[in-house]
Amino acid sequence: MTTTIDTVAGPSKAMVLNMGPQHPSTHGVLRVVLELDGETVLKARSVIGYLHTGIEKTMEAKTYSQGITCTDRLDYLAPLSNNLCYCLAVERLLGVEVPRRAQYIRVLLTELTRISSHLVWLGTHAIDLGAMTVFLYGFREREDIQKIFEFVSGQRMMTSYFRVGGLALEPPTGWLDKVAKFLESFPPHIKEYEDLLTRNRIWLGRTQGVGHLTAADAVALGVSGPLLRASGVDYDIRKTFPYSSYEEFDFDVCTQTAGDCYARYQVRVAEMRESLKIVRQALDRMPKDGPFRASLPGIIPPSREEMKTSIEGLIYHFKIFTEGFAPPPGQVYQAIESPRGELGFFVASDGSAKPYRVKVRAPSFVNLQSLPRLAEGRLLSDLIACIGTTDIVLGEVDR
Amino acid sequence: MEPDTGRATSAVELVRKWDALAILQLIEFRGETTLVVSRENLRRVCEFLFSDPQLHFTFLSDITPVDRFPLEPRFEINYQLLSLERKERLRIQVKLPGNDPLIHSLTPLWPTANWHEREAFDLFGIRFDGHPELTRILMPDDWEGHPLRKDYPTEGYR
Repeated sequence: MTTTIDTVAGPSKAMVLNMGPQHPSTHGVLRVVLELDGETVLKARSVIGYLHTGIEKTMEAKTYSQGITCTDRLDYLAPLSNNLCYCLAVERLLGVEVPRRAQYIRVLLTELTRISSHLVWLGTHAIDLGAMTVFLYGFREREDIQKIFEFVSGQRMMTSYFRVGGLALEPPTGWLDKVAKFLESFPPHIKEYEDLLTRNRIWLGRTQGVGHLTAADAVALGVSGPLLRASGVDYDIRKTFPYSSYEEFDFDVCTQTAGDCYARYQVRVAEMRESLKIVRQALDRMPKDGPFRASLPGIIPPSREEMKTSIEGLIYHFKIFTEGFAPPPGQVYQAIESPRGELGFFVASDGSAKPYRVKVRAPSFVNLQSLPRLAEGRLLSDLIACIGTTDIVLGEVDR
Repeated sequence: MEPDTGRATSAVELVRKWDALAILQLIEFRGETTLVVSRENLRRVCEFLFSDPQLHFTFLSDITPVDRFPLEPRFEINYQLLSLERKERLRIQVKLPGNDPLIHSLTPLWPTANWHEREAFDLFGIRFDGHPELTRILMPDDWEGHPLRKDYPTEGYR
């Protein structure tokens, strides 16, 4: 967070203007220090840190299981993706294999998360650019997804539903019917958004050719997710390094070559359709029964039944929830494709019950670095489109 | 799980063929490969990994410092590299002494390193030689201390 600003206007009569940290189109507490010549942005400098909460430091003081609740609070629009990535990292440290049914449930729910996150992005991006209706529509459908999350995990947003070794609870009866109902109702809604925007002349004018990013620049800046794919780079971790049985699902990686705001819009809308495909497959092929948690005495909590009826189960339950468990010393880096791009968790263990170090490779943090490249030399109003299109979540940028 | 240990070794082989002495240590853990290099060699090794036509580690995912206080060398910096062509990850690790945590900046090679290095400076106090503007990024400018160091308490007074 830099408080000193170079406010000296040069001979070009450039003006220095602060946008944010309280500005609705900065999606939270992003501050952009702008150097303007009239309405043209000469320089844009992101100042971050206003939402820094020291999550990485906090996680060092929590046991591995307690850390999961911290991950929800990073990218609060896609909490299940964060849960998944952290759990996968710890599971890799432990060398645990998660039951197939739990893997499928994880895939299903993270894909719903992707749709929900893209809906928030679409709504807020559109409202930034003056299209109010899409926002209302998007939040209407997002509510359906939040209701599914609430039904399954008991929480709308801070789910903490994925746990090391599987899931927190057996999902309630009838939850798959709710998902099936959503699958029925959602596709016409995507068409609704597309009817409103895809050929809308104002939308095209505000997004086409705006915020251009070449593939080479995108890779050099470490940009990932829909931003990278809209620039024509075919990199989706679900395909490149499949995790949680993604290799068993049939879906396409959506890419565009234009590299502008409109291309990113197209990629994200296409991704919602692909996510629906994955959800449908997960629903069709979901193992009917089977454990929702791996069995590893002393590390993964025993089932309720076992805990109530056997003395070992009771002891393990007590020890896991009071002392935690200790993975072998070592360090792993686990990356997943979150709605925003490459979400990575680096977890280092020193053989104790608390992680020695947790580092979050937040996609928003890295993607935000590309903002000057997108916005400099263009109009101030285009900057709004550029911030919207990078789809940042400040909770994750500042951690 | 990333089941490509077979090809990861070949990346290591290529580095070994190029300069066998550059690798101080090779760590294999859970299918992930880590090359430990000296800080003098870091830039050379990274330039080789970046530009070698068979490797092309053009994507830097992350820079992760770890504080091993009170052990010496105190700091470890991990560079998570990714080769989009080879579909392969590789970790480069450098160890730094606690009294002189200075290392070459990789921002000239990977522009994305800019913010990662600023974060490492901000939270760990590691200095990067050749960085365009090494200032705090998450903490306020007038903050004292580096919060992610192990001798910095989680709660209470500093």
